[in-house]
Amino acid sequence: MGRTLAEKVWEEHVVRRADGEPDLLYVDLHLVHEVTSPQAFDGLRLSGRRVRRRDLTVATMDHNVPTTDGPVTDGISARQMEALRRNAEEFDITLYPWGGAGQGIVHVIGPEMGYTQPGMTIVCGDSHTSTHGAFGALAIGIGTSEVEHVLATQTLPQSKPKWMAVTVEGDLPADCSAKDIILAIIATIGTGGGAGHVIEYRGPVIRALSMEGRMTVCNMSIEGGARAGMVAPDDTTFAYVEGRPHAPRQAAWEAAVDHWRTLRSDDDAVFDAEVAIDASSLRPYVSWGTNPAQSVTIDGVVPDPATLEPAKREAAERALRYMALEPGTAIREVRPDTIFIGSCTNSRLEDLRVAAEVVRGRRVAEGLRALVVPGSVAVKLDAEREGLDRVFTDAGFEWRGAGCSMCLGMNPDILGPGDRSASTSNRNFEGRQGKGGRTHLVSPRVAAATAIAGHFTTPEDL
Amino acid sequence: MEPVVRIEGTALPLDRADVDTDQIIPAQYLKRIERTGFGAYLFDEWRKDPDFVLNDHRFDGATILLAGANFGCGSSREHAPWAIEDHGFRAVVAPSFADIFRNNCLKIGLLPVELREESVRALMDAVLDDPTTTIVVDLDALMVRAPGIDEVFDMEQFTRWRLLEGLDDIGLTMRHTAEIDAFEALRPDWLPTA
Ligand code: SF4
Repeated sequence: MGRTLAEKVWEEHVVRRADGEPDLLYVDLHLVHEVTSPQAFDGLRLSGRRVRRRDLTVATMDHNVPTTDGPVTDGISARQMEALRRNAEEFDITLYPWGGAGQGIVHVIGPEMGYTQPGMTIVCGDSHTSTHGAFGALAIGIGTSEVEHVLATQTLPQSKPKWMAVTVEGDLPADCSAKDIILAIIATIGTGGGAGHVIEYRGPVIRALSMEGRMTVCNMSIEGGARAGMVAPDDTTFAYVEGRPHAPRQAAWEAAVDHWRTLRSDDDAVFDAEVAIDASSLRPYVSWGTNPAQSVTIDGVVPDPATLEPAKREAAERALRYMALEPGTAIREVRPDTIFIGSCTNSRLEDLRVAAEVVRGRRVAEGLRALVVPGSVAVKLDAEREGLDRVFTDAGFEWRGAGCSMCLGMNPDILGPGDRSASTSNRNFEGRQGKGGRTHLVSPRVAAATAIAGHFTTPEDL
Repeated sequence: MEPVVRIEGTALPLDRADVDTDQIIPAQYLKRIERTGFGAYLFDEWRKDPDFVLNDHRFDGATILLAGANFGCGSSREHAPWAIEDHGFRAVVAPSFADIFRNNCLKIGLLPVELREESVRALMDAVLDDPTTTIVVDLDALMVRAPGIDEVFDMEQFTRWRLLEGLDDIGLTMRHTAEIDAFEALRPDWLPTA
């Protein structure tokens, strides 16, 4: 019987397999950030353990960092960043600290420096590690105890997942983007739909996506409950990886590509679950509720909980109360007061280019606060070389430094109580962007157009 | 880690599905660099509502948390199980859990127990009816018991053994260092290093 892509990568990393035990997998790359690591390093110190492979461990600061110049004014954040600096020094780990070149959101810098490559196992104490699956890597989010386990042993015990295929076919409408594909997938399978599975995204629409688009799709696998998301590597992948600082060179490159070409699901591979999405029926999506499956298209209205199936009714009622939305309101009539373009879902150069094209020569609507936060220092510099910073600032956006920023309420960029955002991030949970804040998830195109119009809309309507 | 064998106590009924880890412990409390002290911030936002079940003193001292499906979805923060444990819970019973959350619980000995939706419903009803209802979660027998309820649950054999013995995963893996060495020796040389 044929094997799936994910199964191939899995099998290539089994260090030990024993009856009744989880497989022990080798970890090729361990990404570390300041929030989920301090207790893990403490654990090592307490038990007198060392980091087994410092050379396979890479750290950066992203969650806590301010995105404006100047000192870190929050003392507890400073303490957490300082803890990572000390731990990296003590355990001799490569760190891309705040203020230095190479710093950025952990899921943006891995691919951009060429650390992320096809066929690898990658872990990070962060659920959006699934982003790296866009390269055909098996990339899994882990908790702090597991971070400690990987630091100490470079392995991770994992029970074997199930394999799910999500196939996207048909012609994607020109006003839709990778973000709309994944929001549609989540709306279809539900927030727990991928539980226990590794999803492989396949089909012509996925193949046609850039690496940035594939990363956006894989990024939100976790919002569908999946353990990871993957796309089989192809020429698009190889072209992206080639020449990056940590990519293989010359003979090693040839050997690597030969191997990477074998990383695809066999024609007779059997998936435990299969979902088909017709891209031609997609529209730009806007979330209305407090989980990412609660979304409708831009042409839609806020749903009436009474019309939903009973299991979803109460959650929808609570979500609408929290979001202060009335059933039946047209999405296009909803007016956010904050626009956030950023996060590991949508903060790469391609995302910023798309958004810049929309706002070029236009002005942000009166009274709106609009932020563009590049995912990494490298993205920021590239964008500035192209003059995108000017396009945004001329339009009335704030142009910030690299970090997680308003994706989560952990750093100075937060929503106030009752603030309503159009956000290109991945989570619309209650309070995610700051206490009492109300989040609508959208693509960069919709976020940019909404900034100009002052209500949810698409660039085509401007 | 302390062995987990049998948990007996009263329960708190949190009748919501898709409870995400941002609700269990909001991001602004993740800045502590210690493992302890998170219990005070458990469900911090929801707790501001006087009607929230955690504020209902009839359920004070509960050691078992009953919840809806897909419990613990969202961020991978282990601070979520730390907060639940720090508050005094020893087990969470729900129809399903998000994968990372479940793993995180198992690492620290907070027992995630998956029961059929109807059984969780029955337990919630029993507890709402009489908050003093005692529930027993028996990991050795893989059973959940309450008056009129007798339900089997599932747990991977290895994990169950590890919890019953109170063994630390890292120590267990380190017994296989020779196998890790052997695997490492055969890794392709194109793989990236820092
Ligand atoms: S950008 Fe948001 S989702 Fe991504 S790693 Fe940072 S906080 Fe997590």
